[in-house]
Amino acid sequence: MTALLRAEQLGLIGCQVCGLVSRAPSFADPGCSRCGSALRRRKPASLSRTWALLLAAFIVYIPANLLPIMRTASLGDVDDNTILSGIVELWEKDSQALAIIVFSASIVVPMLKFLALLVLLICVHRRSHWAQLQRSKLYRLIELIGHWSMLDVFVVALLTALVRFNLLSSVEPLPGVIFFGLTVVLTMFASLSFDPRLTWDHEEPHDRE
Amino acid sequence: MGLSSRLLICHDCDTVYRTAALGRGEVARCARCGAVLARHHRLGLDALTALVVGALILFIQGNLWPVVTLGLNGQHSSTTLWGMILIMWQDHAEVVSVITAVTLFFFPLANMLSLGWLLYFGRRGELAPGFRPLMLLLHYLGPWTMSEVFVLGALVAMVKAKAYFEVFPDTGIYAYGALILFITVLAGFDLRRLWDLVPIRGA
Repeated sequence: MTALLRAEQLGLIGCQVCGLVSRAPSFADPGCSRCGSALRRRKPASLSRTWALLLAAFIVYIPANLLPIMRTASLGDVDDNTILSGIVELWEKDSQALAIIVFSASIVVPMLKFLALLVLLICVHRRSHWAQLQRSKLYRLIELIGHWSMLDVFVVALLTALVRFNLLSSVEPLPGVIFFGLTVVLTMFASLSFDPRLTWDHEEPHDRE
Repeated sequence: MGLSSRLLICHDCDTVYRTAALGRGEVARCARCGAVLARHHRLGLDALTALVVGALILFIQGNLWPVVTLGLNGQHSSTTLWGMILIMWQDHAEVVSVITAVTLFFFPLANMLSLGWLLYFGRRGELAPGFRPLMLLLHYLGPWTMSEVFVLGALVAMVKAKAYFEVFPDTGIYAYGALILFITVLAGFDLRRLWDLVPIRGA
């Protein structure tokens, strides 16, 4: 099989927006001739942006879990729910399958995103060659599943709009759900600002068979 | 500046390939990082245009009709998607209201309208007016439409409500259920098929 040459070795540059292959510009960046986007070898300041967004996401993730996300009131009986207590309730009400789905979307997916981005970032900083293929796959996985965490936010919004029986029964959103929504948005921005090509950047051209 | 479209660079690792024609059902993967480089296009631009029109009709239905109705002691309460958005605003969860409006209404709508417009011209081999800004819009909106998450969320909300209320799924949620099938097919659309309509200078 022929060697797998990368764009830089061939003096080429690929547009991240439209995919057009151009000769790497020698000085001033004229932008992609097809879509007009700036031609950059890597996403600008990818590592520091990803770190910053990841840290911000983690900070808002704490109140998202500790604060209640919604209040249910029926006949003066007031009950505040957190993300976790909502899952426990589903489990106890014999909806185990759904409890697992919500647990995956609200707890596993955000945690996985934090850990995955942490691993990806640290490996790039250490110029690691460890598990490059798996790291590429991990990145694609978190890109694919990231937005499913918005599940609980939509559940709270829908229940609030539906349960409107005046004194008899009502639901209102509490600040936890706002923090949770922000966590999801921030983790999505974090994974978008990470450049997966960095994972492969510290490879000598011929150090592998 | 632009080279011919015979070259292809892996989005995830920068490896350079020559493009090759793909047979039915074939997928080209990067030999270095495993990313999908290209897929065989099963659906023509005509079929995709039809899908966009279908998706728009379902989207209108899903937004006009209530999604779910709850019953309690003979009283009934129902909501539409916009009812959800407005109530979150009134209940001081403005951030949630905006996230919901944007990811479930404005972005999906902008996505379908732009794609429909571009395909309408694209199937005749023409560049639609406003081609470049609309293509950029589609590129950047890609990850931010969440209709499929909403359908699962509605299911979870219905199961939760079932413990206390009578639950009646309405037309809106069925329309949404069908819509996400259309959206899933459309989300797999490779925008490069439309970019390739642009003649490349100096090639």
